[in-house]
Amino acid sequence: MSQRFRTGQGGRIDREQEIEFTFNGKPYTGMIGDTLCSALLANGVHLVGRSWKYHRPRGVVSAGAEEPNALFQLEKGNRTIPNARGTQVELYPDLDASSVNCWPNLDFDLLSVNSWFSRLMPAGFYYKTFMWPKSMWLKYEHFIRKASGLGVAPREPDPDRYEHSHRHCDVLVVGGGVAGLSAALVAARAGARVVVADEQSEFGGLTLASRAQIDGVEAARWIDDAVAELRGMTEVTLLPRSTVFGYHDYNFLTINQRLTDHLPLTERFGGREKLWQVRAHQVVLATGAAERPLIFANNDRPGIMLASAVSTYTNRYAVKPGSRAVVFTNNDSAYQSALDLNAAGVEVTAVVDARSDSTSEIANTVRNSGIEVLNGSVVVDTAGRKHLRSVQVMRLSADGSSVSGNRKSFDCDLLAISGGWSPVVHLNAQSGASPVWDDEAAMFCPGEPTQAQVSAGGANGTLDLPGCLREGAAAGANAANACGLEAKLAVPAAEQVDSEAILPLWALPSPYTRGRGPKAFIDLQNDVGVADIELAVREGFQSVEHVKRYTAMGFGTDQGKLGNINGMGILAQTMGQTIAATGTTTYRPNYTPVSFGAFAGQNLGEHLFDPARKTAMHGWHEENGASFEDVGQWKRPWYYPRKGESLDDAVNRECLAVRESVGILDASTLGKIEVRGPDAARFLEMIYTNNWMKLEIGKGRYGFMLGEDGMVMDDGVTIRIGEDHFLMHTTTGGAAGVLAWMERWLQTEWPEMEVFLTSVTDHWATAAVVGPKSRDVVSSVCDGIDFLAAAFPFMASKTGSIGDIECRVNRISFSGELAYEVNVPANYGRFMWEKLMQAGEPYDITPYGTETMHVLRAEKGYVIVGQDTDGSVTVDDLGLGWALSKTKQDFIGKRSLNRPDTLRKDRKQLVGLLTDDPATVIPEGAQLVNDPQAPLPMPMVGHVSSSYYSACCGHSIAMALVKGGHQRMGETVHAPLANGRVIKATITTPVFYDKEGSKPNA
Amino acid sequence: MSKYSIFSLVRNAISYHENWAAAWRSPEPKQEYDVLIIGGGGHGLATAYYLAKEHGMTNIAVLEKGWIGGGNTGRNTTIVRSNYLWDESAHLYEKSMKLWEGLSQDLNYNVMFSQRGVYNLGHNLQDMRDIQRRVNANRLNGIDGHVVTPEEIKRAIPEINIDQGCRYPILGASFQPRGGVARHDAVAWGFARGADLRGVDIIQNCEVTAIRQENGAVTGVETTRGSINAKKIGVVVAGHCSVLAEMAGFRMPIESHPLQALVSEPIKPVINTVIMSNAVHGYISQSDKGDLVIGAGIDSYNGYGQRGSFPTIEHTVAAICEMFPIFRRVRMNRQWGGIVDTAPDACPIIGNTSVKGLYFNCGWGTGGFKATPGSGWVFAHNVATGEPHELNRPFALDRFVTGFLIDEHGAAGVAH
Ligand SMILES: Cc1cc2nc3c(=O)[nH]c(=O)nc-3n(C[C@H](O)[C@H](O)[C@H](O)COP(=O)(O)OP(=O)(O)OC[C@H]3O[C@@H](n4cnc5c(N)ncnc54)[C@H](O)[C@@H]3O)c2cc1C
Repeated sequence: MSQRFRTGQGGRIDREQEIEFTFNGKPYTGMIGDTLCSALLANGVHLVGRSWKYHRPRGVVSAGAEEPNALFQLEKGNRTIPNARGTQVELYPDLDASSVNCWPNLDFDLLSVNSWFSRLMPAGFYYKTFMWPKSMWLKYEHFIRKASGLGVAPREPDPDRYEHSHRHCDVLVVGGGVAGLSAALVAARAGARVVVADEQSEFGGLTLASRAQIDGVEAARWIDDAVAELRGMTEVTLLPRSTVFGYHDYNFLTINQRLTDHLPLTERFGGREKLWQVRAHQVVLATGAAERPLIFANNDRPGIMLASAVSTYTNRYAVKPGSRAVVFTNNDSAYQSALDLNAAGVEVTAVVDARSDSTSEIANTVRNSGIEVLNGSVVVDTAGRKHLRSVQVMRLSADGSSVSGNRKSFDCDLLAISGGWSPVVHLNAQSGASPVWDDEAAMFCPGEPTQAQVSAGGANGTLDLPGCLREGAAAGANAANACGLEAKLAVPAAEQVDSEAILPLWALPSPYTRGRGPKAFIDLQNDVGVADIELAVREGFQSVEHVKRYTAMGFGTDQGKLGNINGMGILAQTMGQTIAATGTTTYRPNYTPVSFGAFAGQNLGEHLFDPARKTAMHGWHEENGASFEDVGQWKRPWYYPRKGESLDDAVNRECLAVRESVGILDASTLGKIEVRGPDAARFLEMIYTNNWMKLEIGKGRYGFMLGEDGMVMDDGVTIRIGEDHFLMHTTTGGAAGVLAWMERWLQTEWPEMEVFLTSVTDHWATAAVVGPKSRDVVSSVCDGIDFLAAAFPFMASKTGSIGDIECRVNRISFSGELAYEVNVPANYGRFMWEKLMQAGEPYDITPYGTETMHVLRAEKGYVIVGQDTDGSVTVDDLGLGWALSKTKQDFIGKRSLNRPDTLRKDRKQLVGLLTDDPATVIPEGAQLVNDPQAPLPMPMVGHVSSSYYSACCGHSIAMALVKGGHQRMGETVHAPLANGRVIKATITTPVFYDKEGSKPNA
Repeated sequence: MSKYSIFSLVRNAISYHENWAAAWRSPEPKQEYDVLIIGGGGHGLATAYYLAKEHGMTNIAVLEKGWIGGGNTGRNTTIVRSNYLWDESAHLYEKSMKLWEGLSQDLNYNVMFSQRGVYNLGHNLQDMRDIQRRVNANRLNGIDGHVVTPEEIKRAIPEINIDQGCRYPILGASFQPRGGVARHDAVAWGFARGADLRGVDIIQNCEVTAIRQENGAVTGVETTRGSINAKKIGVVVAGHCSVLAEMAGFRMPIESHPLQALVSEPIKPVINTVIMSNAVHGYISQSDKGDLVIGAGIDSYNGYGQRGSFPTIEHTVAAICEMFPIFRRVRMNRQWGGIVDTAPDACPIIGNTSVKGLYFNCGWGTGGFKATPGSGWVFAHNVATGEPHELNRPFALDRFVTGFLIDEHGAAGVAH
């Protein structure tokens, strides 16, 4: 067997299933049940990566989410994943992993020269240099950028799918270790709807690596039974491989479930990840505790590993993480690792315990098994470049402040370290609580929750097995009871093992002059050492957040899970203050990194990223070759090119057809809002600038809406359908905003008004039939309406039918032609459209799009809100002062119309522009100046908002907003373009066609 | 205080970096100062720096309730550009841009101002009209920039999706080559160091709880570290300006909203410039460390909690994945929010108030990082002389009375 470091028996791996994988191109074998890291360790591979800044050789330090070193590029091509944490990657057949951020290879990494210059590269060195010469920064930066970053992003689009799921539950249990399982069991047995999420593939947490007993059976058995019982309950959802990564307000938590990453590439079907959004009545945080390293010189060599990880690799994965071990601790828990190693056949040379004495049962068990225990001692340095070779131990002074005596060297290739434990308080902190420092236990415990939440077990600072079971069960019972259920508390039994107090140690005393010895690392990924923190403090970066930002401590992909608490301890030590006063940095989502794809889910692509809105006639437009334009969320026909036609050709043809005969436009997208209720007219009086009280039933009126600042916000025709019933039209893009705006006024300012608003935009399909022949077409299709001009004048609205279908016809015009807008219930839209097309055949009825609509209205000088206005234009600026009621007491925006700036004479005002050369069309967006020779900054007097060639007028036309333009008729302005060309234009009225305005009344 | 350079770095390396001086002192507050600046963000620190440097005023304290740079200065996506539509804003932001261009040298602190260019994407015909209009205005105002086609965008950013069949296809963009990003923390620290060097007291953990006045003029403040007298007070507290205005007895036309941002895990360089899309609400660049730095649109509700809502993040990430389908397998490492102070016309408020000696500088909303040096420079002038500088005169508070609004919402599509 090639897995030289696999133990002969035990573990939760499937020894029947040996699988192959590659690391940096070399083939290896592992077992189903392995992680990438356990498999590498089984093969005796310890050097797995390089650090970010100095490119120091690094190995696996942990067995979980806190891993800073073992980051891999998984797979190649479109399924590649950068920065995968090997401790959490489940091994699958043919997995392909390589190291990140080393060149040309892991063994020989050229950038490890950085290590030689590391003295020039202390924390924040880049703020002090790379400044000269000034022009060189981008060059320096180019190299800095090349050197940083870890893995590489895929270069091809992701072939996988991501899903979202929303869930309500009574109790969400975060973490399926023994505390979480106990909580889930008690709550579920009481009938609660329970969701249990755990980031690992298996439930059981740290206890999976334990050889203890629960309820009289092996812990692993108890876990299997608990999971089986939960799985059998219909109201329980078990989510393995599911990381709860965010805790938001109102007990809203987000979970990332990984569905296929553990499978061979060829067997990955269905969604890759699912993002659960859970609203929980009660939350039980049973996220466990994480072990801390100890900080000493050269503490970063491959082969130096957390003691708990050592136990996990030996017991759970049946791997010997070394051949000869030393254990270094300041508390009792690591003694178990010594026993575990011993049992697995790894020689344990010594347990180095910083405490002057250790008398607990487990310490004695270790001594009795023949392992030397060195009390009052600490590791002060290590040797071995790519793999640990030896450690050096010295005596610790009684007060813990210095070391003395001879350096004693121990040969070993594994150093198991334990600096104590830190409850995983991340979610508690994210939920709004502030972690509280417990001096005796030397740990930050969860703070007083601000939401319906309780922490249990390791997450609550309880490290013993019976305690975790007890707290878990109690949390489950309380949570169920809080949901109105009656829970029965049942606490699984486990043997109490007494333990002695921890001796908190931060930066360990060392034989080297402070700050001058070899580096002692706190953040392994970002190469932040003790000296960096000391430097930061020396330079005035003393707030914990400043230290973080100055040194980059905790900015890695492990987000400081491994090192931050030590960092805070060392900061406190350096500052001579308590850890409580030092505090923590802010815990933010995500607990561990989550694929962008999971956030986006299915809300992507043409159809689901903000679904496009299409009218009832959309299919017809497509069949007839329309080109489309996005307007707001809608797809609108832009123009209908015939074979060989350009945009200009098509638009010229469409324009002439409308002016000379008849055209048809899909106007369904204009916003339609029903305004109903006894106060409807009074309400419109406030919303619009003109008068509405006296509008006759069956008549429509054009109106402007202003913002509170008096600027034009939207416009459209509103029709009075009944005494208390109006149908309002808005712009296509403005519809939703106008509805929200009116609701806001109704709900917050005028709650006494009895008015109800309903959006009916997509209830109706609307065809605008426009042109001198429009009456002939519409009247031949719509029954029950007298179309004689006298009976059906301009701005009137009538109901009739098209066959069996009711319709409403409004005689309104946005083109200056005789025109009718025919509305039918939306599902009959296409039927109506085809009827009109048929009826129009004799007149060669021409469908036209938004571009022609724009030209037609520009020929008449009609504005488009949002194109000819930009939030800084008043009704007077548009020259439409008649639309402002002189008699009304008030309307929204009225007060602003009398402000000094609104009354200014030189405001930008709407005018028309004519070019000398009739064929020259000034580009839209061109700025206008009086003197194109003026030096920069050149004073600008306006800009072109709309500009077209008008086939009908036979020359170009433009609308522009020009300072004091209304008083400048006949004067010249210039448009200096980007290409150096200057176009001269003459200011005119913006009405270019049918200046008397007689046509729509025909 | 030693000057920073490669030489001082080498010198200090030899002595194991044991002799570096503090970048700023942490003095006890004095009883009285000539000027108090409330708010130790980039803008407040820059104000103090330019007061000292340009106006010779050094008896100044900057009062910061937490740690300097801990507000929006340390939370933003660091986009710097000056291609604003209206003359008033263009001139102000361009002043700032010019200061950025020499800032590292001026401060003797590398703020890593990196002119890698900024693209503002257009996704529909109206976007493109607005882009044309803005770029034309910029050019005539002497600000660099041009309109680029989807193909030109693709050439500069090979990873971007310019497929015209997607939901909101990219039709073009404005490009400002001089735009870019800077290292936000360094900006706060550099200004702090520069100000401290000139005698300014930077006082952290000092929250202002009241503003004292007599006969319509300020006389000092109450703080969590005691009361401090001054006849001139500049308030530069971003999202909390309404709170401070209330202390002074008036109201600000400001809404405070959460604005969120996020970063990916560090990856090797893939994006070498800054890309912004207002239409789909997503902004992206890549930091020197390798993180993709992504900004969201504003959260619609008001509040002072520095956290936003999850749907905003979902939407922004979807927008980024639309523009960059290759990023779906890249992972988000961290996500956070700040509180932005938005004015009705999306422009800042800089100048005098109805209280004598009390000056406000706020309303920078979602986009004030880029203005940091310029904002400090004009505000220093305003505080020192009691009169606005020509550049900030248009941004007076009374514009909400006179109606002289500079609406950067509509046409300019301002975001960050
Ligand atoms: C997510 C996000 C992304 C952004 N992206 C960009 C971008 O890409 N480009 C861009 O140009 N802008 C961006 N911005 C906006 C930019 O960050 C801000 O406009 C700018 O940083 C404001 O700087 P400031 O110094 O005024 O405010 P801050 O940095 O917020 O400083 C204000 C300070 O006042 C302090 N304070 C408050 N109350 C008191 C009190 N009572 N007493 C004492 N001190 C007090 C606060 O603690 C704070 O430190 C973004 C903002 C956010 C939140």
